[in-house]
Amino acid sequence: MSKILVFAEFQNGKLKRSSQELLQFAAKSGHTVLGFALGTQAGTANAELAHHGAQEIHFSKDASFDMYNPELFTAAASEAITKTGATIVLASASSTAKDLFPRVAAKLNAGVISDGTEITVSGDDVKVKKPLYAGKCFAMGTFENAPVKIVLMRANQLPVAPADTAKTAPATEHTFAAPSLKTIIKNIVKGTSEKLDLTEANIIVSGGRGLKEAGNFKLLHDLADVLGATVGASRAVVDAGWVPHSMQVGQTGKTVAPSLYIAAGVSGAIQHLAGMSGSKVIVAINNDPNAPIFQKATYGIVGDALEILPKLTEEFKKALHH
Amino acid sequence: MKIFVCIKQVPDTETKIKVAADQNGIDTTGIKWVLNPYDEFAVEEAVKFKEKNPTAQVWAITAGPKTRAVESLRTALAMGADEAIVVNADEKLDAISTAKALAAAIKAEGGAHLIFTGKLAIDNNQSSVPQMVAEFLQIPHTSVVSKFENQGESVLVERDVEGGAKEVVQMMNPSLIAANKGLNMPRYASLPGIMKAKKKVVKEVELSALGVAATDAKVKYVSYSLPAEKPPVKLLSGDASAQAAELIKLLRDEAKVL
Repeated sequence: MSKILVFAEFQNGKLKRSSQELLQFAAKSGHTVLGFALGTQAGTANAELAHHGAQEIHFSKDASFDMYNPELFTAAASEAITKTGATIVLASASSTAKDLFPRVAAKLNAGVISDGTEITVSGDDVKVKKPLYAGKCFAMGTFENAPVKIVLMRANQLPVAPADTAKTAPATEHTFAAPSLKTIIKNIVKGTSEKLDLTEANIIVSGGRGLKEAGNFKLLHDLADVLGATVGASRAVVDAGWVPHSMQVGQTGKTVAPSLYIAAGVSGAIQHLAGMSGSKVIVAINNDPNAPIFQKATYGIVGDALEILPKLTEEFKKALHH
Repeated sequence: MKIFVCIKQVPDTETKIKVAADQNGIDTTGIKWVLNPYDEFAVEEAVKFKEKNPTAQVWAITAGPKTRAVESLRTALAMGADEAIVVNADEKLDAISTAKALAAAIKAEGGAHLIFTGKLAIDNNQSSVPQMVAEFLQIPHTSVVSKFENQGESVLVERDVEGGAKEVVQMMNPSLIAANKGLNMPRYASLPGIMKAKKKVVKEVELSALGVAATDAKVKYVSYSLPAEKPPVKLLSGDASAQAAELIKLLRDEAKVL
Protein backbone atom coordinates (compact mmCIF):
# COMPACT_ATOMS: atom_id res chain seq x y z
CA MET A 1 0.00 0.00 0.00
CA SER A 2 1.29 3.43 -0.94
CA LYS A 3 0.50 6.86 0.34
CA ILE A 4 -1.53 9.43 -1.58
CA LEU A 5 -1.11 13.00 -0.46
CA VAL A 6 -4.00 15.33 -1.30
CA PHE A 7 -3.30 19.07 -1.31
CA ALA A 8 -6.33 20.69 0.35
CA GLU A 9 -7.52 24.15 -0.66
CA PHE A 10 -10.05 26.38 1.02
CA GLN A 11 -12.39 29.20 0.13
CA ASN A 12 -14.02 31.34 2.82
CA GLY A 13 -12.85 28.85 5.45
CA LYS A 14 -14.49 25.85 3.74
CA LEU A 15 -12.80 22.96 1.98
CA LYS A 16 -13.25 23.50 -1.75
CA ARG A 17 -15.42 21.06 -3.66
CA SER A 18 -12.45 20.20 -5.87
CA SER A 19 -10.48 19.09 -2.78
CA GLN A 20 -13.45 17.04 -1.57
CA GLU A 21 -13.53 15.30 -4.95
CA LEU A 22 -9.87 14.33 -4.67
CA LEU A 23 -10.01 13.15 -1.04
CA GLN A 24 -13.03 10.98 -1.79
CA PHE A 25 -11.42 9.59 -4.93
CA ALA A 26 -8.19 8.81 -3.04
CA ALA A 27 -10.17 7.09 -0.26
CA LYS A 28 -11.44 4.56 -2.82
CA SER A 29 -7.96 3.79 -4.21
CA GLY A 30 -6.89 1.32 -1.53
CA HIS A 31 -3.96 3.53 -0.54
CA THR A 32 -3.47 5.52 2.65
CA VAL A 33 -4.88 9.03 2.20
CA LEU A 34 -2.93 11.94 3.65
CA GLY A 35 -4.63 15.32 3.78
CA PHE A 36 -2.14 18.19 3.48
CA ALA A 37 -3.08 21.76 4.32
CA LEU A 38 -1.21 25.03 4.81
CA GLY A 39 -2.21 28.33 6.41
CA THR A 40 -4.33 29.50 9.36
CA GLN A 41 -7.39 27.76 7.92
CA ALA A 42 -5.52 24.45 8.03
CA GLY A 43 -5.67 24.20 11.80
CA THR A 44 -9.45 24.48 11.89
CA ALA A 45 -10.23 22.29 8.87
CA ASN A 46 -8.79 18.98 10.04
CA ALA A 47 -12.19 17.49 10.86
CA GLU A 48 -13.47 18.40 7.40
CA LEU A 49 -10.52 16.66 5.74
CA ALA A 50 -11.24 13.51 7.73
CA HIS A 51 -14.95 13.62 6.83
CA HIS A 52 -14.04 13.43 3.16
CA GLY A 53 -11.58 10.56 3.51
CA ALA A 54 -8.21 11.71 4.88
CA GLN A 55 -6.76 9.03 7.17
CA GLU A 56 -3.85 11.16 8.33
CA ILE A 57 -3.60 14.92 8.30
CA HIS A 58 -0.36 16.84 7.88
CA PHE A 59 -0.58 20.57 8.29
CA SER A 60 1.05 23.83 9.25
CA LYS A 61 -1.16 26.67 10.41
CA ASP A 62 1.71 29.14 10.15
CA ALA A 63 0.22 32.43 8.94
CA SER A 64 3.07 32.85 6.44
CA PHE A 65 1.13 30.36 4.28
CA ASP A 66 -1.97 32.58 4.12
CA MET A 67 -0.70 34.18 0.94
CA TYR A 68 0.66 31.94 -1.79
CA ASN A 69 4.41 32.34 -2.24
CA PRO A 70 5.88 29.88 -4.78
CA GLU A 71 9.25 29.51 -3.05
CA LEU A 72 7.77 29.06 0.43
CA PHE A 73 5.10 26.59 -0.71
CA THR A 74 7.58 24.63 -2.87
CA ALA A 75 9.83 24.09 0.13
CA ALA A 76 6.95 23.05 2.42
CA ALA A 77 5.18 20.77 -0.07
CA SER A 78 8.44 19.08 -1.10
CA GLU A 79 9.36 18.50 2.54
CA ALA A 80 5.89 17.12 3.32
CA ILE A 81 6.03 14.70 0.38
CA THR A 82 9.52 13.51 1.29
CA LYS A 83 8.84 13.25 5.04
CA THR A 84 5.57 11.35 4.69
CA GLY A 85 6.89 9.13 1.91
CA ALA A 86 3.89 9.87 -0.31
CA THR A 87 4.39 8.57 -3.87
CA ILE A 88 1.19 9.90 -5.39
CA VAL A 89 0.12 13.53 -5.02
CA LEU A 90 -3.30 14.83 -6.03
CA ALA A 91 -4.31 18.47 -6.30
CA SER A 92 -6.86 20.51 -8.16
CA ALA A 93 -5.75 22.37 -11.31
CA SER A 94 -6.22 25.66 -9.42
CA SER A 95 -4.17 28.86 -9.76
CA THR A 96 -2.09 27.86 -6.74
CA ALA A 97 -1.57 24.18 -7.50
CA LYS A 98 -0.84 24.73 -11.20
CA ASP A 99 1.87 27.18 -10.22
CA LEU A 100 3.21 25.19 -7.28
CA PHE A 101 3.44 21.55 -8.29
CA PRO A 102 5.54 21.82 -11.46
CA ARG A 103 8.16 23.56 -9.31
CA VAL A 104 7.83 20.83 -6.67
CA ALA A 105 8.19 18.22 -9.44
CA ALA A 106 11.43 19.83 -10.61
CA LYS A 107 12.75 19.87 -7.06
CA LEU A 108 11.87 16.21 -6.40
CA ASN A 109 12.60 14.97 -9.93
CA ALA A 110 8.97 13.87 -10.07
CA GLY A 111 6.44 13.64 -12.89
CA VAL A 112 3.49 16.00 -13.14
CA ILE A 113 0.38 15.86 -15.32
CA SER A 114 -1.95 18.83 -15.13
CA ASP A 115 -5.50 19.48 -16.30
CA GLY A 116 -6.63 15.86 -15.96
CA THR A 117 -10.26 15.08 -16.72
CA GLU A 118 -10.17 11.36 -15.82
CA ILE A 119 -7.88 9.46 -13.49
CA THR A 120 -7.36 5.80 -12.59
CA VAL A 121 -5.13 4.56 -9.79
CA SER A 122 -4.53 0.83 -9.87
CA GLY A 123 -1.90 -0.19 -7.38
CA ASP A 124 1.00 2.13 -8.11
CA ASP A 125 -0.06 2.60 -11.71
CA VAL A 126 -1.53 6.05 -12.32
CA LYS A 127 -3.15 7.02 -15.61
CA VAL A 128 -4.59 10.42 -16.41
CA LYS A 129 -6.71 11.39 -19.39
CA LYS A 130 -6.36 15.00 -20.45
CA PRO A 131 -7.43 17.16 -23.38
CA LEU A 132 -4.67 18.35 -25.71
CA TYR A 133 -4.61 20.85 -28.58
CA ALA A 134 -7.45 22.94 -27.16
CA GLY A 135 -9.68 19.92 -26.61
CA LYS A 136 -9.34 18.75 -30.20
CA CYS A 137 -7.95 15.43 -28.97
CA PHE A 138 -7.34 13.50 -25.78
CA ALA A 139 -4.38 11.45 -24.61
CA MET A 140 -3.62 9.17 -21.70
CA GLY A 141 -0.77 10.48 -19.57
CA THR A 142 1.38 7.81 -17.95
CA PHE A 143 4.40 8.08 -15.67
CA GLU A 144 7.80 6.48 -16.20
CA ASN A 145 10.78 6.50 -13.83
CA ALA A 146 8.89 8.90 -11.60
CA PRO A 147 9.50 8.30 -7.87
CA VAL A 148 6.60 10.66 -7.17
CA LYS A 149 3.58 11.02 -9.46
CA ILE A 150 1.74 14.34 -9.26
CA VAL A 151 -1.69 14.80 -10.84
CA LEU A 152 -3.60 18.08 -11.08
CA MET A 153 -7.25 17.44 -11.87
CA ARG A 154 -9.74 19.90 -13.30
CA ALA A 155 -12.60 20.71 -10.92
CA ASN A 156 -16.02 19.02 -11.29
CA GLN A 157 -14.65 15.85 -12.91
CA LEU A 158 -15.15 13.45 -9.98
CA PRO A 159 -18.27 12.72 -7.91
CA VAL A 160 -18.72 14.00 -4.36
CA ALA A 161 -20.78 12.10 -1.78
CA PRO A 162 -22.04 13.80 1.41
CA ALA A 163 -19.36 14.15 4.10
CA ASP A 164 -19.18 11.33 6.66
CA THR A 165 -19.04 13.34 9.88
CA ALA A 166 -18.34 10.22 11.97
CA LYS A 167 -14.85 9.87 10.50
CA THR A 168 -11.80 11.17 12.34
CA ALA A 169 -8.08 11.14 11.54
CA PRO A 170 -4.91 11.83 13.52
CA ALA A 171 -3.36 15.20 12.68
CA THR A 172 0.33 16.09 12.76
CA GLU A 173 1.38 19.71 12.88
CA HIS A 174 4.65 20.40 11.05
CA THR A 175 7.19 23.17 11.16
CA PHE A 176 8.65 23.35 7.69
CA ALA A 177 12.12 24.71 7.10
CA ALA A 178 11.76 28.21 5.63
CA PRO A 179 14.00 28.96 2.64
CA SER A 180 15.51 32.41 2.15
CA LEU A 181 12.92 34.07 -0.06
CA LYS A 182 13.53 36.09 -3.19
CA THR A 183 9.79 36.55 -3.68
CA ILE A 184 7.65 38.96 -1.66
CA ILE A 185 3.86 39.01 -1.97
CA LYS A 186 3.13 42.70 -1.55
CA ASN A 187 -0.61 42.75 -1.80
CA ILE A 188 -3.68 40.90 -3.04
CA VAL A 189 -6.13 43.00 -5.01
CA LYS A 190 -9.56 41.42 -4.60
CA GLY A 191 -11.60 40.61 -7.67
CA THR A 192 -14.97 42.19 -8.24
CA SER A 193 -16.78 38.86 -8.15
CA GLU A 194 -17.62 36.91 -5.01
CA LYS A 195 -18.86 34.02 -7.11
CA LEU A 196 -17.03 30.78 -7.86
CA ASP A 197 -14.26 31.19 -10.39
CA LEU A 198 -15.11 30.14 -13.94
CA THR A 199 -12.69 27.20 -13.67
CA GLU A 200 -14.62 25.84 -10.68
CA ALA A 201 -18.18 26.82 -11.57
CA ASN A 202 -20.76 24.11 -12.10
CA ILE A 203 -22.98 26.40 -14.20
CA ILE A 204 -21.73 29.17 -16.50
CA VAL A 205 -23.70 31.70 -18.50
CA SER A 206 -21.58 33.33 -21.13
CA GLY A 207 -22.12 36.28 -23.43
CA GLY A 208 -20.74 37.39 -26.76
CA ARG A 209 -21.15 40.10 -29.34
CA GLY A 210 -24.79 39.09 -29.84
CA LEU A 211 -25.55 40.98 -26.62
CA LYS A 212 -24.94 44.16 -28.66
CA GLU A 213 -23.55 46.33 -25.84
CA ALA A 214 -21.77 46.07 -22.49
CA GLY A 215 -24.84 47.14 -20.49
CA ASN A 216 -26.73 44.07 -21.66
CA PHE A 217 -24.44 41.83 -19.62
CA LYS A 218 -26.87 42.70 -16.83
CA LEU A 219 -29.27 40.20 -18.42
CA LEU A 220 -26.63 37.48 -17.99
CA HIS A 221 -25.94 38.48 -14.39
CA ASP A 222 -29.69 38.32 -13.63
CA LEU A 223 -29.87 34.80 -15.03
CA ALA A 224 -26.64 33.80 -13.25
CA ASP A 225 -28.04 35.00 -9.92
CA VAL A 226 -31.09 32.77 -10.29
CA LEU A 227 -28.98 29.76 -11.28
CA GLY A 228 -26.07 30.30 -8.89
CA ALA A 229 -23.91 30.51 -12.00
CA THR A 230 -20.72 32.38 -12.88
CA VAL A 231 -20.70 34.78 -15.83
CA GLY A 232 -18.23 34.29 -18.68
CA ALA A 233 -17.57 36.05 -21.96
CA SER A 234 -16.16 35.57 -25.44
CA ARG A 235 -12.86 37.04 -26.55
CA ALA A 236 -14.60 39.55 -28.82
CA VAL A 237 -16.35 41.34 -25.97
CA VAL A 238 -13.26 41.22 -23.73
CA ASP A 239 -11.21 42.80 -26.51
CA ALA A 240 -13.96 45.38 -26.96
CA GLY A 241 -13.53 46.30 -23.30
CA TRP A 242 -17.08 45.36 -22.21
CA VAL A 243 -15.85 43.00 -19.47
CA PRO A 244 -12.44 42.22 -17.88
CA HIS A 245 -10.12 39.51 -19.20
CA SER A 246 -10.70 37.42 -16.06
CA MET A 247 -14.14 36.62 -17.53
CA GLN A 248 -12.84 35.34 -20.87
CA VAL A 249 -13.53 31.73 -21.76
CA GLY A 250 -11.39 30.23 -24.50
CA GLN A 251 -7.90 29.80 -25.78
CA THR A 252 -6.36 32.95 -24.36
CA GLY A 253 -8.81 32.94 -21.46
CA LYS A 254 -10.01 30.20 -19.15
CA THR A 255 -10.67 26.56 -19.86
CA VAL A 256 -13.89 25.53 -18.19
CA ALA A 257 -15.79 22.29 -17.68
CA PRO A 258 -19.13 22.98 -15.98
CA SER A 259 -22.18 20.70 -15.98
CA LEU A 260 -24.14 23.39 -17.80
CA TYR A 261 -22.79 26.08 -20.14
CA ILE A 262 -25.24 28.58 -21.58
CA ALA A 263 -23.78 30.63 -24.45
CA ALA A 264 -25.84 33.68 -25.35
CA GLY A 265 -24.94 35.62 -28.46
CA VAL A 266 -21.65 33.73 -28.77
CA SER A 267 -20.90 32.64 -32.33
CA GLY A 268 -18.49 29.90 -31.27
CA ALA A 269 -15.17 30.80 -32.84
CA ILE A 270 -12.70 27.93 -32.52
CA GLN A 271 -10.80 29.89 -29.83
CA HIS A 272 -13.97 29.99 -27.71
CA LEU A 273 -14.87 26.34 -28.33
CA ALA A 274 -11.34 25.45 -27.19
CA GLY A 275 -12.17 26.70 -23.73
CA MET A 276 -15.62 25.23 -23.18
CA SER A 277 -16.13 22.11 -25.29
CA GLY A 278 -15.51 19.99 -22.17
CA SER A 279 -18.81 21.21 -20.69
CA LYS A 280 -21.33 18.41 -20.10
CA VAL A 281 -24.41 20.17 -21.46
CA ILE A 282 -24.17 23.19 -23.76
CA VAL A 283 -27.05 25.51 -24.55
CA ALA A 284 -26.60 27.90 -27.46
CA ILE A 285 -28.72 30.97 -28.04
CA ASN A 286 -27.92 32.77 -31.27
CA ASN A 287 -29.90 34.43 -34.01
CA ASP A 288 -27.68 32.94 -36.72
CA PRO A 289 -28.69 29.30 -37.27
CA ASN A 290 -25.33 28.69 -38.98
CA ALA A 291 -23.24 29.87 -36.01
CA PRO A 292 -20.57 27.22 -35.24
CA ILE A 293 -21.66 27.13 -31.57
CA PHE A 294 -24.68 25.04 -32.63
CA GLN A 295 -22.34 22.23 -33.73
CA LYS A 296 -21.15 21.82 -30.15
CA ALA A 297 -24.48 22.52 -28.45
CA THR A 298 -26.78 19.99 -26.82
CA TYR A 299 -29.77 22.34 -27.03
CA GLY A 300 -30.15 25.31 -29.32
CA ILE A 301 -32.43 28.30 -29.51
CA VAL A 302 -32.32 30.28 -32.73
CA GLY A 303 -33.32 33.74 -31.65
CA ASP A 304 -32.33 37.05 -30.16
CA ALA A 305 -30.44 36.56 -26.89
CA LEU A 306 -31.72 39.90 -25.62
CA GLU A 307 -35.27 38.63 -25.93
CA ILE A 308 -34.64 35.05 -24.72
CA LEU A 309 -32.49 35.81 -21.65
CA PRO A 310 -35.16 37.65 -19.60
CA LYS A 311 -37.65 34.88 -20.41
CA LEU A 312 -35.16 32.25 -19.25
CA THR A 313 -34.53 34.15 -16.01
CA GLU A 314 -38.27 34.38 -15.42
CA GLU A 315 -38.91 30.69 -16.18
CA PHE A 316 -35.93 29.49 -14.11
CA LYS A 317 -37.18 31.57 -11.19
CA LYS A 318 -40.55 29.83 -11.41
CA ALA A 319 -39.08 26.36 -11.93
CA LEU A 320 -36.45 26.51 -9.21
CA HIS A 321 -38.79 27.89 -6.59
CA HIS A 322 -41.22 25.02 -6.92
CA MET B 1 22.66 41.91 -19.48
CA LYS B 2 20.97 38.90 -21.05
CA ILE B 3 17.20 38.61 -21.24
CA PHE B 4 16.05 35.13 -22.24
CA VAL B 5 12.70 34.32 -23.79
CA CYS B 6 11.72 30.64 -23.76
CA ILE B 7 9.36 29.90 -26.62
CA LYS B 8 7.62 26.98 -28.30
CA GLN B 9 6.18 26.27 -31.67
CA VAL B 10 2.65 24.86 -31.61
CA PRO B 11 0.00 23.87 -34.15
CA ASP B 12 -2.12 26.84 -35.19
CA THR B 13 -5.49 26.89 -33.41
CA GLU B 14 -7.32 26.60 -36.72
CA THR B 15 -5.41 23.44 -37.66
CA LYS B 16 -7.37 20.23 -37.79
CA ILE B 17 -5.83 17.67 -35.43
CA LYS B 18 -5.59 14.05 -36.58
CA VAL B 19 -4.38 11.17 -34.44
CA ALA B 20 -1.28 9.31 -35.71
CA ALA B 21 -1.73 5.72 -36.86
CA ASP B 22 0.07 4.33 -33.78
CA GLN B 23 -2.05 6.56 -31.50
CA ASN B 24 1.09 7.74 -29.71
CA GLY B 25 0.83 11.28 -30.97
CA ILE B 26 -0.78 13.44 -33.60
CA ASP B 27 -0.32 13.17 -37.33
CA THR B 28 1.83 16.22 -38.10
CA THR B 29 1.42 16.17 -41.87
CA GLY B 30 -0.17 19.33 -43.17
CA ILE B 31 -0.11 21.09 -39.81
CA LYS B 32 0.55 24.82 -39.79
CA TRP B 33 2.94 25.71 -36.97
CA VAL B 34 2.97 29.06 -35.21
CA LEU B 35 4.63 30.71 -32.23
CA ASN B 36 2.63 29.81 -29.10
CA PRO B 37 0.26 32.81 -28.56
CA TYR B 38 1.32 33.32 -24.91
CA ASP B 39 4.97 33.36 -25.98
CA GLU B 40 4.22 36.38 -28.16
CA PHE B 41 3.49 38.33 -24.97
CA ALA B 42 6.81 37.11 -23.54
CA VAL B 43 8.79 38.16 -26.63
CA GLU B 44 7.06 41.55 -26.69
CA GLU B 45 7.83 42.23 -23.02
CA ALA B 46 11.49 41.27 -23.49
CA VAL B 47 11.82 43.52 -26.53
CA LYS B 48 10.12 46.38 -24.67
CA PHE B 49 12.60 45.88 -21.82
CA LYS B 50 15.49 46.12 -24.28
CA GLU B 51 14.12 49.31 -25.78
CA LYS B 52 14.23 50.93 -22.32
CA ASN B 53 17.53 49.30 -21.28
CA PRO B 54 20.06 49.61 -24.12
CA THR B 55 22.59 47.26 -22.47
CA ALA B 56 20.05 44.43 -22.56
CA GLN B 57 20.25 41.72 -25.20
CA VAL B 58 17.28 39.51 -25.95
CA TRP B 59 17.99 35.81 -26.49
CA ALA B 60 15.17 33.62 -27.77
CA ILE B 61 15.49 29.92 -26.99
CA THR B 62 13.48 26.85 -27.87
CA ALA B 63 13.83 23.06 -27.70
CA GLY B 64 12.57 20.69 -30.36
CA PRO B 65 13.32 19.19 -33.78
CA LYS B 66 15.54 21.96 -35.16
CA THR B 67 14.38 22.27 -38.77
CA ARG B 68 10.87 23.00 -37.58
CA ALA B 69 11.43 24.61 -34.16
CA VAL B 70 13.78 27.20 -35.66
CA GLU B 71 10.78 28.88 -37.31
CA SER B 72 9.48 30.09 -33.93
CA LEU B 73 12.91 31.63 -33.32
CA ARG B 74 12.72 33.46 -36.65
CA THR B 75 9.41 34.96 -35.51
CA ALA B 76 11.01 36.12 -32.23
CA LEU B 77 14.00 37.55 -34.09
CA ALA B 78 11.69 39.38 -36.48
CA MET B 79 9.90 40.91 -33.49
CA GLY B 80 13.20 42.22 -32.16
CA ALA B 81 15.14 39.46 -30.39
CA ASP B 82 18.92 39.74 -30.91
CA GLU B 83 20.10 36.15 -30.69
CA ALA B 84 18.52 32.71 -30.94
CA ILE B 85 19.33 29.22 -29.69
CA VAL B 86 17.70 25.95 -30.64
CA VAL B 87 18.19 22.91 -28.46
CA ASN B 88 17.97 20.16 -31.03
CA ALA B 89 15.77 17.33 -29.80
CA ASP B 90 13.98 14.89 -32.06
CA GLU B 91 12.97 12.72 -29.14
CA LYS B 92 9.73 13.46 -27.37
CA LEU B 93 10.51 15.73 -24.47
CA ASP B 94 8.15 16.13 -21.54
CA ALA B 95 7.95 19.23 -19.36
CA ILE B 96 10.76 18.28 -16.99
CA SER B 97 13.25 17.24 -19.66
CA THR B 98 12.45 20.39 -21.67
CA ALA B 99 12.94 22.57 -18.59
CA LYS B 100 16.22 20.81 -17.74
CA ALA B 101 17.52 21.45 -21.24
CA LEU B 102 16.44 25.10 -21.32
CA ALA B 103 17.89 25.79 -17.86
CA ALA B 104 21.19 24.13 -18.80
CA ALA B 105 21.41 26.09 -22.06
CA ILE B 106 20.71 29.39 -20.28
CA LYS B 107 23.36 28.54 -17.67
CA ALA B 108 25.86 27.69 -20.42
CA GLU B 109 25.37 31.20 -21.85
CA GLY B 110 26.30 32.74 -18.51
CA GLY B 111 22.80 32.94 -17.05
CA ALA B 112 20.02 35.47 -17.39
CA HIS B 113 19.09 38.77 -15.80
CA LEU B 114 15.44 38.06 -16.60
CA ILE B 115 13.60 35.19 -18.26
CA PHE B 116 10.25 35.67 -19.97
CA THR B 117 7.99 32.79 -21.07
CA GLY B 118 4.32 32.31 -21.93
CA LYS B 119 2.22 31.00 -19.05
CA LEU B 120 1.48 27.82 -21.00
CA ALA B 121 1.73 26.32 -24.46
CA ILE B 122 -1.62 25.74 -26.12
CA ASP B 123 -0.67 22.28 -27.42
CA ASN B 124 -0.63 20.30 -24.19
CA ASN B 125 -1.86 22.99 -21.83
CA GLN B 126 0.49 21.81 -19.10
CA SER B 127 1.86 25.14 -17.71
CA SER B 128 4.87 23.49 -16.12
CA VAL B 129 8.05 24.41 -17.97
CA PRO B 130 8.36 28.01 -16.66
CA GLN B 131 8.18 27.02 -12.98
CA MET B 132 10.55 24.10 -13.59
CA VAL B 133 13.13 26.26 -15.36
CA ALA B 134 13.04 28.66 -12.39
CA GLU B 135 13.53 25.80 -9.93
CA PHE B 136 16.44 24.33 -11.91
CA LEU B 137 18.10 27.76 -11.99
CA GLN B 138 17.18 28.43 -8.35
CA ILE B 139 15.56 31.76 -9.17
CA PRO B 140 12.12 33.12 -8.23
CA HIS B 141 9.24 32.97 -10.69
CA THR B 142 5.74 34.36 -11.06
CA SER B 143 3.27 32.85 -13.51
CA VAL B 144 0.13 34.23 -15.17
CA VAL B 145 1.58 37.75 -15.17
CA SER B 146 -0.47 40.59 -16.68
CA LYS B 147 1.62 43.55 -15.48
CA PHE B 148 5.39 44.01 -15.32
CA GLU B 149 7.51 46.82 -13.91
CA ASN B 150 11.30 46.86 -13.85
CA GLN B 151 12.77 48.18 -10.60
CA GLY B 152 16.44 47.53 -11.32
CA GLU B 153 17.46 44.98 -8.68
CA SER B 154 13.95 43.60 -8.60
CA VAL B 155 10.75 43.46 -10.63
CA LEU B 156 7.18 44.18 -9.58
CA VAL B 157 4.54 42.05 -11.30
CA GLU B 158 0.83 41.32 -11.09
CA ARG B 159 -0.38 37.74 -11.24
CA ASP B 160 -3.97 36.89 -12.20
CA VAL B 161 -5.68 34.40 -9.90
CA GLU B 162 -9.24 33.10 -9.41
CA GLY B 163 -12.24 35.39 -9.39
CA GLY B 164 -10.46 38.27 -11.13
CA ALA B 165 -8.17 38.82 -8.11
CA LYS B 166 -4.55 39.91 -8.60
CA GLU B 167 -1.47 39.19 -6.50
CA VAL B 168 1.12 41.95 -6.49
CA VAL B 169 4.53 40.28 -6.30
CA GLN B 170 8.06 41.60 -6.00
CA MET B 171 10.93 39.34 -7.09
CA MET B 172 14.66 39.84 -6.70
CA ASN B 173 16.51 39.41 -9.99
CA PRO B 174 17.35 37.22 -11.74
CA SER B 175 13.72 36.17 -11.97
CA LEU B 176 11.34 34.43 -14.37
CA ILE B 177 8.07 35.91 -15.58
CA ALA B 178 5.42 33.73 -17.28
CA ALA B 179 3.12 35.96 -19.31
CA ASN B 180 -0.67 36.01 -19.44
CA LYS B 181 -2.83 37.77 -21.99
CA GLY B 182 -3.16 41.43 -21.03
CA LEU B 183 0.55 41.94 -20.33
CA ASN B 184 0.97 43.88 -23.58
CA MET B 185 -0.04 44.00 -27.22
CA PRO B 186 2.51 41.98 -29.21
CA ARG B 187 3.87 43.88 -32.19
CA TYR B 188 3.77 42.63 -35.73
CA ALA B 189 7.17 41.90 -37.18
CA SER B 190 8.32 44.64 -39.55
CA LEU B 191 9.49 43.77 -43.05
CA PRO B 192 13.11 44.78 -42.31
CA GLY B 193 12.79 42.72 -39.11
CA ILE B 194 11.70 39.67 -41.08
CA MET B 195 14.55 40.14 -43.59
CA LYS B 196 17.10 40.46 -40.79
CA ALA B 197 15.67 37.42 -38.98
CA LYS B 198 16.06 35.29 -42.10
CA LYS B 199 19.78 36.00 -42.31
CA LYS B 200 20.51 35.55 -38.61
CA VAL B 201 22.57 32.50 -37.66
CA VAL B 202 20.71 30.48 -35.06
CA LYS B 203 22.96 28.79 -32.54
CA GLU B 204 22.42 25.03 -32.32
CA VAL B 205 22.98 22.99 -29.19
CA GLU B 206 22.53 19.23 -28.95
CA LEU B 207 20.43 17.86 -26.10
CA SER B 208 23.20 15.48 -25.05
CA ALA B 209 25.70 18.36 -24.80
CA LEU B 210 23.49 19.81 -22.07
CA GLY B 211 23.56 16.58 -20.09
CA VAL B 212 19.92 15.82 -20.84
CA ALA B 213 18.65 12.53 -22.24
CA ALA B 214 15.21 11.52 -23.45
CA THR B 215 15.17 9.11 -20.49
CA ASP B 216 14.95 12.11 -18.16
CA ALA B 217 11.29 12.36 -19.16
CA LYS B 218 8.81 11.38 -16.45
CA VAL B 219 5.57 11.62 -18.37
CA LYS B 220 4.55 9.94 -21.59
CA TYR B 221 1.30 10.45 -23.48
CA VAL B 222 -0.23 7.44 -25.22
CA SER B 223 -3.60 6.32 -26.60
CA TYR B 224 -4.41 9.58 -28.36
CA SER B 225 -8.06 9.79 -29.32
CA LEU B 226 -10.51 12.24 -30.80
CA PRO B 227 -13.41 13.50 -28.69
CA ALA B 228 -16.62 11.48 -29.00
CA GLU B 229 -18.91 12.75 -31.74
CA LYS B 230 -21.62 14.95 -30.29
CA PRO B 231 -25.20 14.10 -31.26
CA PRO B 232 -26.71 16.88 -33.36
CA VAL B 233 -28.13 19.88 -31.52
CA LYS B 234 -31.76 19.71 -30.45
CA LEU B 235 -33.34 22.95 -31.67
CA LEU B 236 -36.26 24.29 -29.66
CA SER B 237 -39.30 25.85 -31.27
CA GLY B 238 -42.10 28.24 -30.41
CA ASP B 239 -41.92 31.80 -29.14
CA ALA B 240 -39.36 32.99 -26.61
CA SER B 241 -41.48 32.01 -23.58
CA ALA B 242 -42.24 28.55 -24.96
CA GLN B 243 -38.57 27.95 -25.80
CA ALA B 244 -37.49 29.04 -22.34
CA ALA B 245 -40.02 26.73 -20.69
CA GLU B 246 -39.06 23.79 -22.89
CA LEU B 247 -35.35 24.32 -22.26
CA ILE B 248 -35.84 24.22 -18.50
CA LYS B 249 -37.87 21.03 -18.81
CA LEU B 250 -35.13 19.39 -20.92
CA LEU B 251 -32.35 20.51 -18.59
CA ARG B 252 -34.22 19.11 -15.61
CA ASP B 253 -35.76 15.93 -16.97
CA GLU B 254 -33.53 14.87 -19.86
CA ALA B 255 -30.04 16.30 -19.19
CA LYS B 256 -30.57 16.29 -15.40
CA VAL B 257 -28.20 19.18 -14.76
CA LEU B 258 -30.48 21.34 -12.60
